[in-house]
Amino acid sequence: MSAFGHYSYWITVLLMVAGLYIVIARGNLIKKLVGLSIFQTSVYLLYIAPGKLIGGTAPIIADGFRLYTNPLPHVLILTAIVVGVATLALGLAIAVRIREAYGSIEEDEILAADRDSGGGA
Amino acid sequence: MTLAHLPALVVVVPLLAAPLVVLVRRAAAAWAIATAACAFSFAAAILLSAEVAAHGPMSYHLGNWPPPWGIEYRVDALSAFVLVLVSGIGTASALYAWRSAAAELSRDQLYLYYVMHCLCVAGLLGMTVTGDAFNLFVFMEIASLSSYVLIALGRDRRALLAAYQYLILGTIGATFYVIGVGLLYLATGTLNIADLAERLPQTASTRAVLAALAFITVGVSLKLALFPLHFWLPNAYAYAPSAVTALLAATATKVSVYVLLRFYFGVFGLRLVTETLPMAEILLVLSLIAIVTASLVALWQENLKRLFAYSSVAQIGYITLGVSMASPDGLTAAVVHLFNHGITKGALFLLLGGVALRAGGATMGSVQGLGRRMPLTSLAIVIAGLSLIGVPGTAGFVSKWYLVLGAIEAGRWWLAGFVVATSLIAVAYVWRFVEAAYLSEPGPATPGRGEAPAAMLAPALALAAACVFFGLQTSWTVGSARRAAELLLGGVP
Repeated sequence: MSAFGHYSYWITVLLMVAGLYIVIARGNLIKKLVGLSIFQTSVYLLYIAPGKLIGGTAPIIADGFRLYTNPLPHVLILTAIVVGVATLALGLAIAVRIREAYGSIEEDEILAADRDSGGGA
Repeated sequence: MTLAHLPALVVVVPLLAAPLVVLVRRAAAAWAIATAACAFSFAAAILLSAEVAAHGPMSYHLGNWPPPWGIEYRVDALSAFVLVLVSGIGTASALYAWRSAAAELSRDQLYLYYVMHCLCVAGLLGMTVTGDAFNLFVFMEIASLSSYVLIALGRDRRALLAAYQYLILGTIGATFYVIGVGLLYLATGTLNIADLAERLPQTASTRAVLAALAFITVGVSLKLALFPLHFWLPNAYAYAPSAVTALLAATATKVSVYVLLRFYFGVFGLRLVTETLPMAEILLVLSLIAIVTASLVALWQENLKRLFAYSSVAQIGYITLGVSMASPDGLTAAVVHLFNHGITKGALFLLLGGVALRAGGATMGSVQGLGRRMPLTSLAIVIAGLSLIGVPGTAGFVSKWYLVLGAIEAGRWWLAGFVVATSLIAVAYVWRFVEAAYLSEPGPATPGRGEAPAAMLAPALALAAACVFFGLQTSWTVGSARRAAELLLGGVP
């Protein structure tokens, strides 16, 4: 199998690294959450892509169908997507509360605000 | 008959209590339901622990689907031990919240607090009892998401930022874990933990398995705040409501240690973890750095909650130090310290909550003259502090004793010396409290004499008493930990 034959893995790794980079490199709380979502999305692909067999069908025993695709990864990722949505929603909700409390969603400004209020301890 | 269903009920009851609390909404009823659900789990965990000790591991097939196709709940010596810790602390924290949460949160938020409490306890218990690697991820996220909310409920606005940072790092940790599980699934085609352990040696793609080991190690280490992945912890503990700090400090990181033990010894096996990859050496070095740096940082903290949060990072270092020894004594020390440190930190943070309620904050300044103002509370803090140091007669001594035994057994005398020497740093930061509480005059702004409300004091004192009780009566804790260690080491080929 050539390197291109594994192209879904390349996309997975690219999304994973890009997402993680955004989380680390960006100071904006919303952008961090976007990066986190991209990072989680890469995992969906990691699970689902190997679950697909070319020419495979749903695992229902019937005449004429011999090649079955494993449905379990899809089910697992359905769960993971729900978890991802819940995480994103909670992250955004906390970001809204931070905006209300600090008047900013830039990490450096928030940290500076805490330092100015004498609460650096 | 019902005993056979307890492995599921121990998780399901607090899980179902959460939506029930949402429907009820009234604060008093919400508290009663949450406490009753946690108390039920505590009773169930004790029953399960006795049953496992008498008749060996229990396996529960959810929906009657036999493993490895269905999800299996599995209770053995190790998980029963952790179940007792988590449900016990969950109950103590729920009892404590009656006055503490009422004082720290607004009235209309109270029922939501209890919802999150139930979900957090259910998630942690689920992580402990499940025998399915992906199910574990789902419970991990239930526990994590609810703990982010609980931390964000803190009164200080910095609690919001702490919760946000924990959310980012916690999600990265959980995602790393799920990547590792995905790689294992690709390599073996199974998610059942016992089945994974059987199939792993036959798998051809060792590189995928090694990558899975690396991903799971990093992911779980983030969750258990192993140095240098601990940055979320001090702020999260310092600004969360008091009852939450006690709950999380005593259980969340401990359950993550449990997951690490399960995967290292129950799935990957000793040979892969210690010989193919140098995980034992890596853990050893990180634990040593964690113990020294976190203890030193703790020395300079003015905020007592932050002080003991850094001390938690150091104590987790002792636990992972025991894990890194991968010997019967080392693992016994890790498992028993997991429990002993849980009750010690639970007691400390509950007591500090009482101090914060009376004095408006838990800083070195606000505890001046505490020995005269709140004699019971400060005495209990000193006792828990002694357990933190590892003074004979307290729970902390038992775990350090086995840690030293493990080090000597491995022929590492320097390590035994290190454990004793670093305990002296703990003496220093506990002494700072003693000095402020007993040897300083109360400041002009401090309130008069008076203990915390009885509803808060009672669970805190009970945990402090447990620190002494389990320091003298060690047969149950050490016996369980010993069986757990044998199980972990015997479960590998």
